[in-house]
Amino acid sequence: MPQMIQHVLVEQGLVAAFAVVGAVMWLSLALSRRLTAGRVHGSAIAIVVGLGLAYVGGLVTGGQKGLADLPVFAGIGLLGGAMLRDFAIVATAFEVDAIEARRAGLLGVVALALGTVLPFLVGAGVALAFGYTDAVSVTTIGAGAITYIVGPVTGAALGASSAVMALAIATGVFKAVLVMVGTPLVARFIGLDNPRSAMAYGGLMGTVSGVAGGLAATDPKLVPYGALTATFHTGIGCLVGPSVLYLGVRALVG
Amino acid sequence: MTVFGVALLAVCTLVGVFIGDLLGVALGVKANVGGVGIAMMMLIAARVWLVRRGVLSHGIKLGIEFWATMYIPIVVAMAAQQNVVAAVRGGPVVLIAGLGAVSLCFACVALIGRLGGRRELPADEVAGIERGGYVIAGDTPPDLVVPAGSPAPAVADRAVPSVGGA
Repeated sequence: MPQMIQHVLVEQGLVAAFAVVGAVMWLSLALSRRLTAGRVHGSAIAIVVGLGLAYVGGLVTGGQKGLADLPVFAGIGLLGGAMLRDFAIVATAFEVDAIEARRAGLLGVVALALGTVLPFLVGAGVALAFGYTDAVSVTTIGAGAITYIVGPVTGAALGASSAVMALAIATGVFKAVLVMVGTPLVARFIGLDNPRSAMAYGGLMGTVSGVAGGLAATDPKLVPYGALTATFHTGIGCLVGPSVLYLGVRALVG
Repeated sequence: MTVFGVALLAVCTLVGVFIGDLLGVALGVKANVGGVGIAMMMLIAARVWLVRRGVLSHGIKLGIEFWATMYIPIVVAMAAQQNVVAAVRGGPVVLIAGLGAVSLCFACVALIGRLGGRRELPADEVAGIERGGYVIAGDTPPDLVVPAGSPAPAVADRAVPSVGGA
């Protein structure tokens, strides 16, 4: 009997994922209403529950894909994977106020530039403080602070050691999780309540998963504006990481 | 037809991601450069074009907005497959670099958001933005909810048609 249930869940992976995510959403909305009187967004709770499940999944399997590493939950990997995530992000653009998005365009570009350079400086500074002195390692860890994709892409291009690459990826993933969980907490203090600031936020925070989760947990109407700028972030990071930023670090560190 | 909306969304996504890949190759980067953002701009342009020609049918809207309403569940599934264990066990470099980068960027959002001051948006734009929020939150916008007992509005005004697709 248990094997038969397992067989169905594995065979119908995506369908099972709909049911699991539906249950998580239902539970989170109920918790939001009963325990916090609606003060904490149901989606914020759902994302934290999702991260918690990912932690449990990672502990149980020792894999890198959280809950999706368990065969019965493999459908979660498809539902929350890059393909459907990007598909849904593009769909949210249908709700964009094109006029306001164009007005805030320049702001988005400035935010993108700052959002690439500032995290890199922090990451590279921390790497130096912890005794990494070669330009390749410092650049790779700095790039990891941009996003968890920029880190390994930069590291691979420069030939960083695998330990440094792992550190860069972990930094990027930690950043994404922090952005997801932290955004609803600080939104009020940083004025994140309108399309303009959402575009600045997307460019500055960068990490698409972090921005997608953070805005969903804060205010869904801001999602497309943040995503619009955030989706350029990784590409720009991968462009300047192994080139301009590396040359800058090499000139300083020698 | 609902599938026209889904297909439009799919074509925008595919073309956008392809252009992003091309840009990556042109710039010599091993990554997609802004593919999803380009796809989003194409979809925004497509909507403007459809509205201007008066051919934005209920089916097209339903096909695209269904995926917008699925956005949060998909993000929850995304959260459930992050490598949280690695993030938690990262050690001091990961902790300090992550916290430092994120707090600095949050502070910048506060600064940049205030650049140029706050502008009041026209009422119709605000209404459009709020409506988008309801859709992305996975809800029916309040002006589209049918009050109990009142005659049902034309199918084209409803968020979810009673029978099949349009």
